[in-house]
Amino acid sequence: MNYTPQKFSINAKRALENEKLRANLTRAIKHTLTKRTEVVSELSNWEELRQLAHDIKKHTIENLGYYLELFEKRAIENGINVLWAKDGNEAREFVIEIAKKAKAKLCVKSKSMVTEEIGLREFLEENGIETVETDLGEFIVQLANEMPSHITAPAMHKSRDEIGELFAEKLGVELTTEPEKLTAIARKILREKFLNADIGISGANFLVAETGSIVIVENEGNAGLTTTLPKIHIAIAGIEKVIPRLVDLTIFFKILGRSATAQRFTSYVSIINSPRKNKPDSPEEIYIILLDNGRTELLKSEKLKPALYCIKCGACMLACPVYQRVGGHTYGSIYPGPIGSVLTPTMFGFNEAKVLPFASSLCGRCYEICPVKIEIHHILLWLRHEAVQKNLTSKLEKIVFKLWTISMRNVKLYELGASLMRFVSKIGLQPKFKNWTKTRDFPQLAEKSFREIWRKELKNDFK
Amino acid sequence: MKIGLFIPCYIDQIYPQVGVATVKILKKLGVKFDYPLNQTCCGQPAFNTGYWEEAKTIAENFKNIFSDFDYIVSPSGSCTSMVKNFYPEILQDSNDWENKTFELSDFLVNVLGVDSTGAEFPHTVAYHDSCHALRELGIKNEPRLLLRNVKKLKLVEIENSEDCCGFGGTFSVKFPEISTEMVKDKVKSIVNSGAEFVTSTDSSCLMHIFGYAKRKNFKVKIIHIAEILANF
Ligand code: SF4
Repeated sequence: MNYTPQKFSINAKRALENEKLRANLTRAIKHTLTKRTEVVSELSNWEELRQLAHDIKKHTIENLGYYLELFEKRAIENGINVLWAKDGNEAREFVIEIAKKAKAKLCVKSKSMVTEEIGLREFLEENGIETVETDLGEFIVQLANEMPSHITAPAMHKSRDEIGELFAEKLGVELTTEPEKLTAIARKILREKFLNADIGISGANFLVAETGSIVIVENEGNAGLTTTLPKIHIAIAGIEKVIPRLVDLTIFFKILGRSATAQRFTSYVSIINSPRKNKPDSPEEIYIILLDNGRTELLKSEKLKPALYCIKCGACMLACPVYQRVGGHTYGSIYPGPIGSVLTPTMFGFNEAKVLPFASSLCGRCYEICPVKIEIHHILLWLRHEAVQKNLTSKLEKIVFKLWTISMRNVKLYELGASLMRFVSKIGLQPKFKNWTKTRDFPQLAEKSFREIWRKELKNDFK
Repeated sequence: MKIGLFIPCYIDQIYPQVGVATVKILKKLGVKFDYPLNQTCCGQPAFNTGYWEEAKTIAENFKNIFSDFDYIVSPSGSCTSMVKNFYPEILQDSNDWENKTFELSDFLVNVLGVDSTGAEFPHTVAYHDSCHALRELGIKNEPRLLLRNVKKLKLVEIENSEDCCGFGGTFSVKFPEISTEMVKDKVKSIVNSGAEFVTSTDSSCLMHIFGYAKRKNFKVKIIHIAEILANF
């Protein structure tokens, strides 16, 4: 993968110049956001729903241990195998062990961000197990050997034409750009895979503690097939996915579909409770791998904890003016956009991703749209502070702010500094901030400052 | 009721007319206030770039100057938000920053109960929502109400008025290309609105908008809302 968070700035420049990409992004994002506004505004209690969802998530995260143990207990009672994975490595080992025991050759996968997070597909393929993405968007990016560029619309960066060309090239089918035909091509290939797969791997949108259920929402029916056709179903979920009660789903279903794909409700919901031996539409074995992979680190920080409320809807990405223009790949992480700029440095290495918290104008659009009300823009601010504390910012910047502080804490120095700048610009020596002035004019200091006018002209009016 | 006027550093040095206009408005409304001359900056540039220790030093300075006031009024949504929303966090002191700090239009409408300053401005004007005024302070209707009551002023809405102009403080120089793309779209929608002037609660957005518009020879004139409201 040639995209890394370190290269954000270079990636961004390249993306900004890629007209085709810009057009694809603009079209897809505009379409979804317009529809989203429609389906959100028809609910009179949207803000209440957001608050409720936030409160439920907050409560659960504050009592995460309790709810996870409850979930484990109930799931085991239902006959589901519960496995705890500290990190990606452990999770991958669990999967390969199960696969080896079952002599598996073929896995089908439904859409799951945690499996992307731990590179599961690549790992299985390296171990000689063919692994096929069955979500259409994921199928496309797998075919193109790319990373998803959005967490719910992985192939958003591609146009229909590009997908048609990709199919023709990689699958040897006739060139077409009609969505129905493209879908039919993928279906045909996938059907065969579904029928022959030894293992189905899925993620989970929610884990219900009181019932031990694994809940998956989707639109293509592929997750339903992934979790029912093969003999073995392995679900992998981040530990933050647990919610207390089944009834809580009524709130999350309302906000998730609307936020992720601008739908009132997703087309399919699977609520998986137990394996059913000797029944045709259910696997014989179900495993749930509960993945930590840095999440308990977030839990330790009051500032970062709310990032665990995230239900991975992807709305903050669509609403972000930076993401809208540079696309998901630019971030060099499977979690792009605003929440990605929180998760990537905190979960996968601050040093490598230190630029991401700065790649935001802090406009607050992400918070405004987030269905669980995560103050993403304020967390980004906090992470900037962490970057400074960890000594990850440039020497020059540090000096500038030191000097700036000295001159701002003392009004005499402040005034002296301003006079100096006026003098310098008068003799034509003002510094050129190229990063600003390359595309924008910079204003001159006014001839007289406000305080000067106040002292000389205004003050006496008020005495 | 002791009211302190806070004129942020960049308004003080680059746009003093905004401060003058603010004074004019308060004077006309008969508001008694003080402008402490030892004020400088609120510390936001450092704070937003992660330098919280430095920001705290500046905030302490601000605190020494403004603690005694019952109200702090400022013609800037952004700097108001710094004091109102973030001072409690970095200072952890007994001041009620949240409830005593006000952006000018918010203060006029919600504290003084004023909906018109009696100004006249015979031009077509577009209002740009600054992110900090809109999303950090929840100011949306106040400036529009005041502008609608300016005589002869025609208020037009710009498309995507709530979109960021791309300034974002040091963001604009750390990521100049992205920032420029953002302001480009902003200027485009202002031009499309047919407005002669674009106004806002924040001179920083206006500075950015004008900086790009001027470079590209777009005829976009900027004016801070206080300047319009003081045109009587
Ligand atoms: S942070 Fe909020 S908006 Fe962004 S993906 Fe998570 S839940 Fe959705």
